[in-house]
Amino acid sequence: MIDLATFANPARFSRIAGRVFPWAVGATAVLMAAGLYFALFASPPDYQQGESVRIMYVHVPAAWMALSSYTLLAVASAVALVWRHLLADVVARAMAPIGACFTFLCLVTGSLWGKPMWGTFWVWDARLTSVLVLFFLYLGYLALQNAFDDPARGLRASAILALVGFVNVPIIKFSVDWWNTLHQPASIKLGGPAIDASMLVPLILMTLAFEAYFVTVLLLRMRTELVRGKLRSARLRAAEADEYLPNIGKPA
Amino acid sequence: MSPLSEFLAMGGYALFVWPAMAMVAVVLGGLLFESLRQLRSAEADLAAVEDRARNGSRR
Amino acid sequence: MSIFFAVLRRDLMLALRSPAESLMTVGFFVIAATLVPFGVGPEPETLARIAAGLVWVMALLAALLSLDRLFQADYEDGSLDLLLLSPGQTEIMVLGKVAAHWLTTGLPLIISVPLLAVFLHLPLEALPALLAAMLLGTPVLSLLGAVGAALALGARRGGALTSLLVLPLFIPVLIFGVAAPEAAVADLAARPHLLILAGLFFGALVLSPWAAAAALRLAAE
Repeated sequence: MIDLATFANPARFSRIAGRVFPWAVGATAVLMAAGLYFALFASPPDYQQGESVRIMYVHVPAAWMALSSYTLLAVASAVALVWRHLLADVVARAMAPIGACFTFLCLVTGSLWGKPMWGTFWVWDARLTSVLVLFFLYLGYLALQNAFDDPARGLRASAILALVGFVNVPIIKFSVDWWNTLHQPASIKLGGPAIDASMLVPLILMTLAFEAYFVTVLLLRMRTELVRGKLRSARLRAAEADEYLPNIGKPA
Repeated sequence: MSPLSEFLAMGGYALFVWPAMAMVAVVLGGLLFESLRQLRSAEADLAAVEDRARNGSRR
Repeated sequence: MSIFFAVLRRDLMLALRSPAESLMTVGFFVIAATLVPFGVGPEPETLARIAAGLVWVMALLAALLSLDRLFQADYEDGSLDLLLLSPGQTEIMVLGKVAAHWLTTGLPLIISVPLLAVFLHLPLEALPALLAAMLLGTPVLSLLGAVGAALALGARRGGALTSLLVLPLFIPVLIFGVAAPEAAVADLAARPHLLILAGLFFGALVLSPWAAAAALRLAAE
């Protein structure tokens, strides 16, 4: 069990983040290169789907990232609400756009994969529909976060929304699945039940690459949030100092 | 067909595989670029404010 | 419990004094639904096929329209602060507001459904199931809507923001609300769908007041 207090201190976090960051960048570059090599060259085409199966190697990892990001978002929001933890707020704010980007990628690549497989860019398939709803949840979260003049207010409000959304995700998933079986049993399922080992290698490599990318960008954005926090308090101090000084002869 | 053009043709699925890969590159690259830009501008703003505060107090 | 009835009484009195707001929601519901035949054509078979779904979608939109006045007026004139300070739990107070909201919007919508059923050629055997589904489903809309409305208090473009927050959460209600009348048409049991709607209602009844109360306290800080 990691002691949460270790990460509570922003200064200590910056030190740890500074040490991890180069490794995250390196891991992203290496894993991306290896994953793309296996996904595009060193894996056989599917006997049914041909070369189009290569889209799966970005589509499925993006879907996993979309879901796990939302889970992490809910966890960070809960920590932020219950313990009023500064870094949890920073994590939640920094990672929501990353999760939304992966959700968007999952939808676009799924649609591009669906065209040759189903003959149409969009099918109301249960999984695709659920991801679409997840994308809407991300959009609502981001919109709420940025809708207030006071950033702290936006953070707290969106944290409540993330928890409400997280409770609703399984309910939505269940009802969409049920609705889908009622209306159209899918003829070709994306992915399929049995995955050959030759497919598993690029799949796992791309997933790890996306995770390394996630950590890299998350650390970057968290640093930005911490700098912005410092900037706000510095501006506040400057404004307070201005009130006690005569305004004549001061640089603009 | 040369190996390269065969690879680029993706067994007839080039129209779908390559746009998918391009979208991944554009979105992930764009997010990385945007995050970097935001960090740089926040750091520049902070440096400017701190610089002014130091000069102001000396005056 | 006294705060529940106090808030309920107050909001109902306010609604009675200006019934136009409540009537406007119903007016939107009926007019928007009667626009559909102009869009898809007046063939009775087409309309009967989509009637139940249409009624539900229009009800969702009508419920959304009425959400921004759930807390907004109290927030602007400061009475929300007094409500939060008054004795009794905030969650119970929220329930009172939600009950008043449902009585002034959800219930009038349900009452006007038979009219739309005639306009849209809803199969007669589907009407009882649709009414029962709406009776169970529209309170869920009010409960979830209260969370969205409370979260968006004081935000820029609060009305549109509330819709964005709440609409995805309405999907399960829509799915099972339409499934019940469709099952009745297909001569299947509508009861399982109604039971799931009841489950959604009780889940929302327990969880939404808690989230809405947290959001209200945040807005009043």
